[in-house]
Amino acid sequence: MPSATLLGQALISGVLAGGMYGLLALGLSLSWGLLRLVNLSHFALAFLAAYLTYELGTTYHVAPWWSVLIIVPSMFAIGLAQHWVFVRFKVNELGSLLITFSFAVILEVGIQLYWTADYRRFETHYATWSIKAGPFYIPVLELILCLVAGVLAWGTWLWLRKTYVGKALRASAEDADIAAAYGVDHRKLAYLLSGIGAAYAGVAGTFIALIATLAPAQIWAWLGVVFAVVIIGRLGNPLGALAAGMLIGASESIAMAVFSPAWAPVVSFSVLIAILLWDPEWS
Amino acid sequence: MTAGQTLPKAAAALGILVFAILPTAGLPAFYDSFFYLVFFWVSLSTSWALLSGFAGYFSLGHAAFFGVGMYTTATLTTKANVTFLVTVPVAAAMAALLGVGIGAVVFRMKRLRGELFALLTLAVTFVIATIILNTPIDGGAGVFMSAVPMPNLMPTQTGTIYVLGFAMCVLTLGIAWWVAHSRLGLGLFAIHDDEDVAEAKGVPTFRYKLIAFALSAGIAGAVGGIHAMYVGFLTVAGTFELTVPLYVVLMSVLGGSRNWFGPAVGATVITALLYAFISGGEAMVGRAVVGLILILAILWLPDGVVPAIQAWMKRRRRSETKPHAAVVPAVPDRPHKIGSRNILEARGVTKRFGGLQALAGVDLDVREGEILGLVGPNGSGKTTLINVISGFYPLSGGTIMVDGAEIGRLPAHEIAHRGIARTYQIPRPFVNMTVLDNVSMAATFGGPPRTAAEIREEALHWIGFTGLAGKEEALPAELNLHERKFLELARALAAKPKLLLLDEVLSGLNPAEVDNAIRLVRAIRAQGATIVFVEHLMRAVVELSDRVAVLNEGKLFALGAPREVMRDPRVVSIYLGKAYAA
Repeated sequence: MPSATLLGQALISGVLAGGMYGLLALGLSLSWGLLRLVNLSHFALAFLAAYLTYELGTTYHVAPWWSVLIIVPSMFAIGLAQHWVFVRFKVNELGSLLITFSFAVILEVGIQLYWTADYRRFETHYATWSIKAGPFYIPVLELILCLVAGVLAWGTWLWLRKTYVGKALRASAEDADIAAAYGVDHRKLAYLLSGIGAAYAGVAGTFIALIATLAPAQIWAWLGVVFAVVIIGRLGNPLGALAAGMLIGASESIAMAVFSPAWAPVVSFSVLIAILLWDPEWS
Repeated sequence: MTAGQTLPKAAAALGILVFAILPTAGLPAFYDSFFYLVFFWVSLSTSWALLSGFAGYFSLGHAAFFGVGMYTTATLTTKANVTFLVTVPVAAAMAALLGVGIGAVVFRMKRLRGELFALLTLAVTFVIATIILNTPIDGGAGVFMSAVPMPNLMPTQTGTIYVLGFAMCVLTLGIAWWVAHSRLGLGLFAIHDDEDVAEAKGVPTFRYKLIAFALSAGIAGAVGGIHAMYVGFLTVAGTFELTVPLYVVLMSVLGGSRNWFGPAVGATVITALLYAFISGGEAMVGRAVVGLILILAILWLPDGVVPAIQAWMKRRRRSETKPHAAVVPAVPDRPHKIGSRNILEARGVTKRFGGLQALAGVDLDVREGEILGLVGPNGSGKTTLINVISGFYPLSGGTIMVDGAEIGRLPAHEIAHRGIARTYQIPRPFVNMTVLDNVSMAATFGGPPRTAAEIREEALHWIGFTGLAGKEEALPAELNLHERKFLELARALAAKPKLLLLDEVLSGLNPAEVDNAIRLVRAIRAQGATIVFVEHLMRAVVELSDRVAVLNEGKLFALGAPREVMRDPRVVSIYLGKAYAA
């Protein structure tokens, strides 16, 4: 059994790493829960954003906090375009899954042709900054990531709970025809939500560029875990997605510290299977 | 047998023979390897379609069964020195066992359909991969198969692998053809469209899904066993790769996953394309092109290539079905003889939904040959009673006897086998089946065992009887509400029920259609069926019923001859309030 300090450090790193799961899960959860569209290309969009951040940072020396201003609106536009296709062809849940998978493959190929399959690393002097709190180290970038994820999740939650737009969206998710009969313009809202989902992938991508090492095949690395997070956090619930992300991140990290790193995937998927079979109220 | 049937069979036999002896022709090993990959993907995607295409249980976990097969063969051959060919059936058995194990848990939960089933199977894949990685089965270093002796079926090693892959492919396609043309396949197609209705029409849905899962997983396991020898070196990352289940899905969907031959077409096209790009040194571009083709195919041919071609050919051919003329016999409106025997006896029937008491101890007898009208205000428990008798809801308490045998705790399909058929208030036809198939399906699963020709005759008879003649080849979406209601009736009648439960067949019909329906119900009774019908339209209740039962707040409130019951002040008061009862 590892020491208390090691466990504590594992817990902190796990929760912070889980912030990334939560941030990625956020956009996926919104489109799946509220639009009944499963967007596998979410991960590819996040990596495209990450590579763009890297490219702008290393070639043109644009700082990530500036490049995000270009990337996030571009991703928003891509989200709109994707949604236009879904609407135009009346794509169902299953169709959206297959189409976005194919789109993700195409993006992966594009990334690999332009940036090659080599590992890329966006070196910054602040990447390794950390705060010392007692015996523990808290990496600054991951902390900012979690704060951003928290603000986005909280803001989205408030937006969905408190405003007319949010209520209309939730009504449309329940029954689009009935909602439309009460004057909800489902189509405009759906476009807005698709755009926002893709924009969140852009935000996630910027952090991926700063924190992780980039390779085209990495697009698929988080797919399983993030899907688990989306389900555990309950479809369409932004705060749930973030909480579930941190929960899974923490449990993986503890499992790595106590057993071995290779056992980590079992944790998230066992939790997912248990929750699917048990079906608690909050899932 | 006509030439039109002999020719494809002869071509298929010739094709099998040519492909089987191909390795002896001395072609470069490149051909063996290419064709092996085609066979591999055809087998894998066809096996996926057996459960996920036919029955609609969309799985993203096909790599789990395939991988379990690979590692079963690898472990047995390298660690226990078992002969390679012996390990292939064992690999199939292990994978099938895993499939049945998952199914036995998951298929009991109605929630776990659709994307949740897909996700669950994906999660199982990751868990199995991690377990194999961290135990001595793999141990993280991978497993080398190079020392395992290959059986000498063909002059060359690649030839032997080719022949094994080919045999597996023919076997898989044979199984898929058989399933698609069997009772099992008909049941699976019905489950795909509406599982609850399939169960109510007599399909043992749980057992059928388990069989389909076992076949699907078992084939994938055997394919994996052979593939272990082909790759020669197994790693967990390579075996349980996410692209395997996704490619299987895409190939099946491209070709048409509800068609036995569709996945084979999709797999051949995609494998050939990928191979062409790989040998041209443009593997990455090949992947992108495949991705693009799939997007276009799913947008424009959502049902797949093979069904699209079939539909096109069908449009060119004239319909071969000779419709039966409408033969609703005129039944004189005279008192009908009702037996003294009870066909249905309900005692203390209760049904609770959480805190809500929908049925609070209903006692009701239905006599053989009678028409019993079931009325009551909204929420009084009429439809719930139908749902409980037909087995859609399990009983909370009490007993239901049919012909003296307790049925209250049987699954719905067994209740259907005992001669109880029902219709739905809002018609629930199987949307991907024609009118004829909808009715034939009910005759196959509900009625006594008959030959295919007899079932077809029976189905055509009831289609004519309900006035749907000429619409045999139409899909339910092409029918109007009136016709869909009558399709519900035809489907219930084709099962030759002893007791027919009709749930508001008249609601939403115009006066002329109501008259027509009333005539039909009389004609049905004249043929010997007993009928319980839920209805709000009082004119029909009074005209049709021998007796009327009034339900109120989950209890039997009144029972008797229609005119007396409807004049009972107590009955009037529950419908219209106390003020009108005087």
